[in-house]
Amino acid sequence: MTRALRRGPVHAALWLIGAAWLAPVVGLFVSSLRPAQDVAASGWWTVLRHPALTLVNYRDVLTAQGLGASFFNSMVIAVPATTIPLLIAAYAAYAFAWMEFPGRRALFALVVMLLVVPVQTTLVPVLRLFTATGLTGTFPALWLAHTGYGLPLAVFLLRSFIGGLPADVLDAAAIDGADAVQTFFRVVLPLSVPAVASLAIFQFLWVWNDLLVALSYLGGRPSVAPLTVTIAGLMSSLGGGWHLLTAAAFVSMVLPLAVFFTLQRYFVRGLIAGAVKD
Amino acid sequence: MHALLLAALALAAIPAASAAYILGAEAALARLPTRPRRALRPWVWLAPALAFVAVFLVYPTVDTIVLSLRDATGAAWVGLANYAYAFQSREALVALRNTLLWLGLFTGLVVAGGLGIAAMVERVRYDAAVRGIVFLPMALSFTAAGVIWKFVYEFRPAGAPQIGLLNAVLAALVHGFEPRAWLVGAPWNTLFLIVVGVWIWTGFAAVVFAAALKAVPAEIVEAARVDGAGEWRVFWQITLPVIGPTTAAVATAMVITALKVFDVVYVMTSGNFDTDVLATRMYHALFVDQHLGRAAALAVILLAATVPVMAANLRRLRGDEAAR
Amino acid sequence: MATRRRTALVLIAVMTLLLVAGGAGGSSAAAKIGGTVSVLGTWGGSELDSFRAMVKPFEDRTGAHVEFQGTRDLSAVLQTRVQGGNPPDVAALPNPGALPSLARSHALKPLGHVLDMVQLSREYPATWLDIGRVGGEPYAIVVKTALKGLVWYDPKALSAEDIRPPSIWADLLALTDRLAGRGKTAWCLGLGSGAASGWPATDWIDMLLLRAAGPAAHDAWVQHKTAWDAPPVKQAWEQFGRIATNPKSVYGGPQGVLATEFNEAPFPMFAKPPHCLFHLQATFIQDFIQKQFSWVRPGTDLAFVLMPRIAPQYAGVAQVAGDVFGMFHDTPQARALMRYLVSAEAQAIWVKRGGALSPNKGVPLDAYPDVLSRRAADLLVHAPAARFGAGDMMPPEMTAAFYKGTLDYVAHPDQLRAILGHLEAVARDAYK
Repeated sequence: MTRALRRGPVHAALWLIGAAWLAPVVGLFVSSLRPAQDVAASGWWTVLRHPALTLVNYRDVLTAQGLGASFFNSMVIAVPATTIPLLIAAYAAYAFAWMEFPGRRALFALVVMLLVVPVQTTLVPVLRLFTATGLTGTFPALWLAHTGYGLPLAVFLLRSFIGGLPADVLDAAAIDGADAVQTFFRVVLPLSVPAVASLAIFQFLWVWNDLLVALSYLGGRPSVAPLTVTIAGLMSSLGGGWHLLTAAAFVSMVLPLAVFFTLQRYFVRGLIAGAVKD
Repeated sequence: MHALLLAALALAAIPAASAAYILGAEAALARLPTRPRRALRPWVWLAPALAFVAVFLVYPTVDTIVLSLRDATGAAWVGLANYAYAFQSREALVALRNTLLWLGLFTGLVVAGGLGIAAMVERVRYDAAVRGIVFLPMALSFTAAGVIWKFVYEFRPAGAPQIGLLNAVLAALVHGFEPRAWLVGAPWNTLFLIVVGVWIWTGFAAVVFAAALKAVPAEIVEAARVDGAGEWRVFWQITLPVIGPTTAAVATAMVITALKVFDVVYVMTSGNFDTDVLATRMYHALFVDQHLGRAAALAVILLAATVPVMAANLRRLRGDEAAR
Repeated sequence: MATRRRTALVLIAVMTLLLVAGGAGGSSAAAKIGGTVSVLGTWGGSELDSFRAMVKPFEDRTGAHVEFQGTRDLSAVLQTRVQGGNPPDVAALPNPGALPSLARSHALKPLGHVLDMVQLSREYPATWLDIGRVGGEPYAIVVKTALKGLVWYDPKALSAEDIRPPSIWADLLALTDRLAGRGKTAWCLGLGSGAASGWPATDWIDMLLLRAAGPAAHDAWVQHKTAWDAPPVKQAWEQFGRIATNPKSVYGGPQGVLATEFNEAPFPMFAKPPHCLFHLQATFIQDFIQKQFSWVRPGTDLAFVLMPRIAPQYAGVAQVAGDVFGMFHDTPQARALMRYLVSAEAQAIWVKRGGALSPNKGVPLDAYPDVLSRRAADLLVHAPAARFGAGDMMPPEMTAAFYKGTLDYVAHPDQLRAILGHLEAVARDAYK
C-alpha cells in the first residue's frame, strides 16, 4: 500500500525533528552543570566523554545574581495577573453569549479585534498614565496592565465556550427560579471549568514569560524585576558568562515547563477551541 | 514580605470584590422595573471588562495615533514628519524590511512546518510524544529561547574549539568548514533569528493542525483513495481545502506574532547588525532617543499592518455568528 | 555628704562618657540611618563584586542597604526610570555627555549643598571636578576612572617573536603588516557589549584622532563643530579600519571582531601558542584578564604601553574614562552614600582590588595593587592633557549611532562615506 511506503522516511524525519527540537534545550541544561572554564573552552557535547558536572552555577545564580528574588517576583506578578481577568472575562462572556442587547455583535467584534493591537501601541500612553497615578514600578501596575491586555483573548475563548453550553441546562435553571446571578455562579461557571482552566494556563504562561511589559512599566527596578527582566539584564551585562546564563535560563524555565506538562491537556484543548471549526 | 502580603490580598480580594460587585449590581437592578432592568443588565455585566479594555487598549491606541503627529516631547504638532522619518531614515527602513521578512518567512515556515509535522505524526503511534517535544518551546519565554539559541550560534575563530552547536555540527559534517558568526552577517542573521521564532511556534501550529486533521471526515478521504488518487493528490485536493479555515486561523495568529516580535531580537542582538524589527526600533525611539513622536509613529505603523488581519478576523466572526 | 559627692562624681563620669561616646559617634562618617539606597550602574561580574566591597563599610556604618541594578543599556534604563517617575537614588553614569540634559530637566539634583565642595577641591584636581559641572554647578562627581588607549601585551610573547613595543604609530602598523606576512594576526579586538556594542571601536577612533589632531580638534568634533565626514575624523576611522577590517591583522577577522565580547577579546593573547600579540583597551581590562587567567603576573606576563605617538606634539595626551555619580533622589541615605563615595577611603577600596584608578589625590600610589596600575595612576596624574572618550561626551542619541556606525564599518568597510554621511544626519538631529 502507498501508506506503507511512506513509513520509513516519515519515521526518519520525525526522529530528526525531535532531535533538532530537543538539542538546544539539552545543550543549555548540560552547560548549566559545567564549570565556567569548561563552558568557555569546549562544546557541551564533550561531557559525554569527560563528564565533570557541578551545581555551583545554580548556587551562584540563585544567590549572588538575585535570581531567587526574581523567581519570587515573577510569582507575585503572574498569579494575580492570571486570576484577576478570569472572573471579569467570565461576566462579559456570559453577557455576550446569553443576553440580548443592541450592538451586541458589534461590541463583541470590537473586543475581539483588540486582540491584534500590539502592546507597543499602548506603551507610551499607559506609561504616562501610570506615572501620573504613581503606579510605575509597582506590582499592581503590572496586574492591571496584564488584565487589560489579556481580556480580549479571555472574553473570546470564554464566550465561545459559554455560548456552546446546552441551552436546555440554562433554561432548566431559569424554570427553577434562578436569576442571572445564580445561574451564573451555580450553572455556568462550574460547567466552564475546562475553558477557565485553559485560559488560566495561557495567561499565566504569557505573563510569566513576558519581557516588554515588565521592562517598560516596572522601570527596571531590581527589587521588583521578574525573571525575564533579570535574565535579559544578565545577558547584556555579563556578555559571555555562559555558565551563569544557562543556569539562569533553566531556573526561569522550570515552572512554566512544569505547568505545561501537568496541564498540557487543558492548554491544547483551549487552543483548539479557538482555532478549529466545530 | 510586603509584596507577598499584597499579592495574597489581591488573590483573595479581587475575586471577592468582583463577586460583590455583581451581586450588588444585580441587587440594585432588581429594584428597577422590568424594561429598564433588562436593558441595563448586560451593561452591568460588561462594565468591568469594558472599563479595562478602554483604559488599556482603546484609549492608548487613540492617544498613540495622536502622539504620532506630535514632536519628541508630545508638545507641538509636526504633522507627518515622524512618518517621513519612519519611511526614509535608514534605521527605520531596515526595521521595516526585517519585519516584512519575519511576516513572510516566519508565518510561512510555521504554517508549513506545523502542517507537515501534523500530517506525518498522524501516521505514527508515538504522535503524542513528538507533538509534546515540538510543543515544549511554547512554555519557554522568548528570553530563555534567546539564551538557548545564542549559545547554539556561538562563534569561535577557526582553529579554536567550537562551543556553539551549529558551528560544531557543520565543522564535523562539512570538510574544510570555516566557522561563521551567524548573528553578525546581515541579512542572513535575521533568518537565523526567525529560526528561533519558528522553533518556538511550530509546535502550536502542529497541535492545532493535528486536531483539524483528525476532524477531516474519513469517508471523503477514503472515497478519493478508492477512486485511485495518490497520497499527495489526496492531501492537496481534499485535505487542505477542508482544513482551510484552520490554516487561516493559524496563519492569522502567526502574522500577529511576527508583527509583535521584540524579545528574541532584543535579547540576542539588541537590534544590532541590521536585525532591528519595528518593535525594537520603537523601543529604541522611546527609551534611547526619547522621541515620543517617532515611537508613536512606528507603533501606528505596526497597528496599521494589523488592520487587514482585523478585517479578516471580523469576517470570520460574522461567519461564525451567522452559523449560530 | 560623702554619698552626695560620690553621686556627683558618678554623674560627672557618666556625662563625660556620654559626651565622649556621642562625640566620637558624631565625628565618624554617619549615624545609623537604615533604609535603602538604590544605585544604577553598568557593572556585572567582578566589577560588581568590587563595587559591593567598596560600599560595604558604608552599609555597615549607616545600616543602609545598597540595592544595585546593573545593565549595559544604562541610558535606556535610566531614561525609562526617570520618565516613569521612579529614578534610582544614585546612578553611576559612564557618560558625562548625558549630564547637561539630566540637569536641565531637574532629574539630577545639584550637589553643592550635599558635598563639602571646599574639601573636594583640595582632594580633586580641578579638571576632574569640572567634568561633573553643568553651568558651573556640581551635579556629579567622578568616583572611579580608567586610563584608555593602552596597548596591552604579553612581554614573554613579544620577546619570543623578538619584538619590542614600538613608540611610533607608523612603526606599529609596519610591525602589524610584517607579522601578517609571517601568518600571525597581531591584534585582538572584540566589540560585543549588548546594546552598547561597538564602544571599544569608538575608543580606537577617538584615540587615533586625539593623537593625530590634538585635544582642541577632539573638542571640536565632540561638540559637532567639525563634521563627521571632515578629514581628521575620516582619517581616524580609516586608520582603525586598517587593522580591524583586515583578516590578516586581527584574530578571527572582522567576523570575530563583531562576534566577540569586549571582556573576552584579550584572552587569545594568553593561549598557547598566542593567537595575537596586542590589544588596545583601558586599564579595567586587567581585572578581567587576571580573573580568567590566575597565573598572569602583572609586569612579567602582562604589560602595557601608551598608544604610540602619531603627531609628536600630542604624544602622551591621555584618553580617560570614568564613572560620574549623580543623585536623583534627595534622601538622607543617598546623600550619605554620595558623601562616602567621593572620599579617598571609599575609592581606595576598589583601587586596592584592582581594575580602577582614583582621581582623588588622597589615595596614595602604594594603594594600587601592582606595578601596572601604579604606572597608570602616575600617567593619569601627569598627562599633559586628558580627554574623556568622545562616545561618553556626545548626546546619547549620537553615541548610540556612533556605536552602531562602527559595527557597520567593520562589517562593510567600503561604505565608510555612507556611514559618515548617516552619522552627520543623526548629528543634525541630536545636537539641538
